[in-house]
Amino acid sequence: MGGTSNKNRALDEIVRPYVGRTGGLICALRAIQAEIGFLPPETEAAAAAAFNLTRAEVKGVISFYADFVRKPKGETVIRLCAAEACQAQGARSLEMEVCRRLAIEPGATSASGDLTLERVYCLGLCSAGPSAIIDGALMGKATPEKIVKAFETGRGARK
Amino acid sequence: MNDAPTIFIPLDSVALALGAEEVAAAFLVADFDIVRTGSRGMHWLEPLVEIEVGGARIGFGPVDAGDTASLREVLLSGNFAAHPKYVGAIDELDWMKNQQRLIFARCGIVDPLSLDDYEEAGGLTALKKAANTPAGSLCEEVLASGLRGRGGAGFPAGVKWKTVAEAQADAKYIVCNADEGDSGTFADRMIMEGDPFLLIEGMAIAGLAVGATRGFIYLRSEYPLAERILGEAVRIAYNEGVLGADVCGSGKSFDLELFIGAGAYICGEETSLLNSLEGKRGEVRAKPPLPALEGLHGKPTLVHNVLTFCAVPDIVRAGGKAYASLGVGKSCGTMAFQLSGDVKFPGLFEAPFGLTLRDLVERIGGGARSGKGIRAIQIGGPLGAYLPPSQFDTIIDYEALLAIGAGVGHGGIVVFNEDVDLLEQARYAFEFCAEESCGKCTPCRIGAVRGVEVIDRIGRGEDHAENMQTLTDLCELMVDGSLCAMGGMTPIPVQSALNNFPEDFAFPSIRRTFAAGAEKTP
Repeated sequence: MGGTSNKNRALDEIVRPYVGRTGGLICALRAIQAEIGFLPPETEAAAAAAFNLTRAEVKGVISFYADFVRKPKGETVIRLCAAEACQAQGARSLEMEVCRRLAIEPGATSASGDLTLERVYCLGLCSAGPSAIIDGALMGKATPEKIVKAFETGRGARK
Repeated sequence: MNDAPTIFIPLDSVALALGAEEVAAAFLVADFDIVRTGSRGMHWLEPLVEIEVGGARIGFGPVDAGDTASLREVLLSGNFAAHPKYVGAIDELDWMKNQQRLIFARCGIVDPLSLDDYEEAGGLTALKKAANTPAGSLCEEVLASGLRGRGGAGFPAGVKWKTVAEAQADAKYIVCNADEGDSGTFADRMIMEGDPFLLIEGMAIAGLAVGATRGFIYLRSEYPLAERILGEAVRIAYNEGVLGADVCGSGKSFDLELFIGAGAYICGEETSLLNSLEGKRGEVRAKPPLPALEGLHGKPTLVHNVLTFCAVPDIVRAGGKAYASLGVGKSCGTMAFQLSGDVKFPGLFEAPFGLTLRDLVERIGGGARSGKGIRAIQIGGPLGAYLPPSQFDTIIDYEALLAIGAGVGHGGIVVFNEDVDLLEQARYAFEFCAEESCGKCTPCRIGAVRGVEVIDRIGRGEDHAENMQTLTDLCELMVDGSLCAMGGMTPIPVQSALNNFPEDFAFPSIRRTFAAGAEKTP
């Protein structure tokens, strides 16, 4: 159709291979996010058309899952485990100290866009807590020093 | 060069999180053949480097990047005991000797992606046997084994198998619940990273037994390494005829697909998982109908946890009776216990049911790493009970734990030292439920939010007696009125904390380390 933007067509292409597969919508949303970094506003329309669903249904699925986000994340994403096994190893005070040193709140992205800090509920590293994952790299026995250093190293590497 | 010594370095997530990649990199440049394995489960020794000498594996750990130069010298000279990180022959360590590893027999020893290694260590014998065994006999063996679902509910696996096998339908499915979201549990992750063919074999046997030709592994997105290793293992299994149109020459087909979740704890609940696998919101379904009769796409579906499927090859190989002879009472076979929190020796310990909590926490786990007193353990994940040391002589089996208001769950035990505030933990149980509730039923969706508010009032001493009563009423309502275990079992950590540690709910509480909301103190 004449009104369809290039971006829309790109989404159509990402989504298409998953149509007809078991759980295809979630796979398709994962694929969009893997490529773009978040789910842009056009996601509902593109996925609804491809999977023969309403936009509301697609939106319902997107909003249900913690992995799906509607805005870009920071250049570095720090995820701190907030679950019991890590709590028993000091996760609460670790989170407080990391937030203080990096001047950020859990769930927030910094104004400059260089950092997103998230809580995660269990990384399966319970035997080496408190644990974290920083830009995909697993960290056991995490300390504020190790986390801040990993953040600064990552930022330095991008410059 | 041909006579390069072979060393073994884990690629398990815990080992990586503790620096195994840096250690491996240091050995890459030297004269060694490196085999990457799963983890042995002795996580206080990770990264654990092993060398094979005369059929025995000698271990060194925990090795950090600073140890690698000296370790290289020792490994080449053979003077192993001289190294400060020397721990001796792995099989001779008490931790390993005192286990009976059925599921984890190969984990940490073999290259997880070598099908040859897997077969050499006894893998695929069960699937080949199953390929020539009537489907009904397979179900009978699983029934005779007394195996119960390892995901937490403890339902007899054989009963599920028979139900799915006897159901009449044009399609049936095998679904593996690998959405291991319980804090304090990592056994599924370890076996998927360390011995993925075992899970594939178990699922394929289940497919032959119940007449299902398609299977899915629902894996949580928080396990990217397991995703990579399992994905590769599935590909290899297809290439080698373990999966596909003719499973190990049986003439029967079994296709297996990996599906990655999108970050929702509730999807570990089987009906929510099935909705999610269909690409929908992971809301729970009312039961009945049971998934065994109307599951994925409305078809009969056998849903099990990773470890339940992983127990199957041993049952088929050695017979259900042999498996049933292990354990106590109605808790048959072995359980993969997972120790974490403030404990000296955290990790995975597989043993027949029958150990006490004290055995695990004190004798095997070595007590608190911090040297502080142990005040509580939580067994069975976020929906599990908090128990005080006075109950540590309880035997870990399904019935004995149920009798004290607790459950085995997925076998995770988290140790808390004397710093823990059980009111704070009870608050967290509600907070987690509010965060992860699917929202379908009111007691869970609203109850969890109200629970946090009520506990905050108790903590502030606001209408203390009334709010204590409200808390009890709320727990009762959630147990009675929730649709699934999320809302129905969130009261377990709350009520166990309340019953076993009432002093933390008193006002004023002498150990209060926080005051909720606006009155938060450092």
